[in-house]
Amino acid sequence: MNNIDAVQTLSEAKRAPLARIQDRLADWLPKLVLTPTLLVVLVCMYGYILWTGLLSLTNSRLLPVWNFIGTGQYDRLFDNDRWLVALNNLVLFGGLFILVCLALGVFLAILLDQKIRQEGALRTIYLYPMAISFIVTGTAWKWLLNPSLGLEKLVHSWGFDSFSFDWLVDPDRVVFCLVIAAVWQSSGFVMAMFLAGLRGVDQEMVKAAQLDGASMPTIYRRIILPSLKPVFFSAFVILAHIAIKSFDLVAALTGGGPGYSSDLPANFMYTHAFTRAQMGLGAASAMVMLGGVLAILVPYLYSELRGKRNA
Amino acid sequence: MLDNSRTASQQLLRWGIYGLLALMALIYLMPLWVMLLTSLKDIEEIRSGTLLSLPQGLNFDAWQKAWSSACTGGTCEGISPYLANSFLIVIPAVAISTLVGALNGYVVAMWRFRGSELFFGLLLVGCFIPFQVVLLPMARTLSFLGLANTTTGLVLVHVVYGIAFTTLFFRNFYVGLPRELISAARLDGAGFFTIFRRIILPLSTPIIVVTVIWQFTQIWNDFLFGVVFSGSDTQPVTVALNNLVNTSFGGKQYNVDMAAALIAALPTLLVYVLAGKYFVRGLTAGAVKG
Repeated sequence: MNNIDAVQTLSEAKRAPLARIQDRLADWLPKLVLTPTLLVVLVCMYGYILWTGLLSLTNSRLLPVWNFIGTGQYDRLFDNDRWLVALNNLVLFGGLFILVCLALGVFLAILLDQKIRQEGALRTIYLYPMAISFIVTGTAWKWLLNPSLGLEKLVHSWGFDSFSFDWLVDPDRVVFCLVIAAVWQSSGFVMAMFLAGLRGVDQEMVKAAQLDGASMPTIYRRIILPSLKPVFFSAFVILAHIAIKSFDLVAALTGGGPGYSSDLPANFMYTHAFTRAQMGLGAASAMVMLGGVLAILVPYLYSELRGKRNA
Repeated sequence: MLDNSRTASQQLLRWGIYGLLALMALIYLMPLWVMLLTSLKDIEEIRSGTLLSLPQGLNFDAWQKAWSSACTGGTCEGISPYLANSFLIVIPAVAISTLVGALNGYVVAMWRFRGSELFFGLLLVGCFIPFQVVLLPMARTLSFLGLANTTTGLVLVHVVYGIAFTTLFFRNFYVGLPRELISAARLDGAGFFTIFRRIILPLSTPIIVVTVIWQFTQIWNDFLFGVVFSGSDTQPVTVALNNLVNTSFGGKQYNVDMAAALIAALPTLLVYVLAGKYFVRGLTAGAVKG
């Protein structure tokens, strides 16, 4: 008995320094695990943003040269008709895309919230385009919107011979084609967000309003939808983000054409930085895009964080 | 009488709702249906019929062409080699980014230390930056590392810019687990990795599924990184599809375009059909949180 005790104290005494090292290692381990990611984030996100920012102040063309010319590239950018068209398109495309997606998403979510049989199947159908690449979406709609063989011909075959639908080749209307395809792809997602929100609405409140004799449309308008303000907010940020980043849809659906009438900023950046050897100009356009995202994101994150702190 | 008319109008309203929902479902399904129909027709049928006219028979010529002989830019081997490229990019990129995200999320949620919240904040911004702002430096870095135009390079890029999302997913999941779970284990002398392997990982199945599905869809559907960082023989299927559609030697082959698009969409559609529940969860987790 005594012997065993003695052996135990001995082994504990031996272990002590080792255990201390282990403890210290245990303290460091979590930090050690995060280190690679931290380095990657600092270099490949923040470092690269700085790098691009510096590039945008040089007259680099095919290769980076560190010859600083101040804000000359930004002056050139905002003198460039193609860039102005792209910005203009982004406002039009983004605005319509967000608006229609929100409207359609809310509408579908409310309809689906009426204790619908087969709700699961319908939800699956509205949401499946979200699983598809924008390149596939663009390819499909390029065919559907084909001016001679697509929807136009289909409607003609129904007997409406005067129907004309050639937006894809009309420089003034081609942006609407981008909106149609993007809404098809993303509206189901907005529906899913709102449906989740609707399921979280306090049913007692709704019942109380019903007892007071309020009609369902009034209840939706006055009580339910206002309580979903955070969902509107999140959906807006996500859709705006999708719009600003939109690149593949333009590449696949219109190629930026006719001419450059359907270019978006992301396409402008790619073309100038990678195919036209205008690295400085491309970098400047990328920085403006970043500015646009931050202008939407910073107030959003700020209010999110403040909301959490108050809660 | 009054009651009757009310139920009748309510009945009518319900029919209206069902009708609207069904109509919308048809509209959402139409592009996929048209793609399928078009891919089964020959060019003559396409020119003489309409989008919705049925093919005369099951004609898989266009599928065969899209798979093995259609031209995508320089070469004419169909899109099957590029489908393989996509898998070669997606599988390691998903595995690595999920693993790293799980470890990061575990630390940020359960081993907080001074600065870990700041780390998480810095990382979160990465979910939102427009990638255009990192393309030029990344291209320089990859060519400096000798990884320009390689599959390894693309895997690296997808891992680097995927970590923000995967960490977010795991962190949000682990924050919801009871903290006693690990404090008890620590009292018993279990270390950092033991707790992770023995306690945390076995509880993580749902979030692993969500993350893997999210990353798979994101990386499979990527076009931007693919078009900027891949070489002609390492292109992912999205880039090859875009080349195929925009290459036209003698007349457009809409049927081949549609077959190729369906082939490129099939893997993610399949995942969606099989695991739609998790897909939706990933979307809302990745989107609403932030």
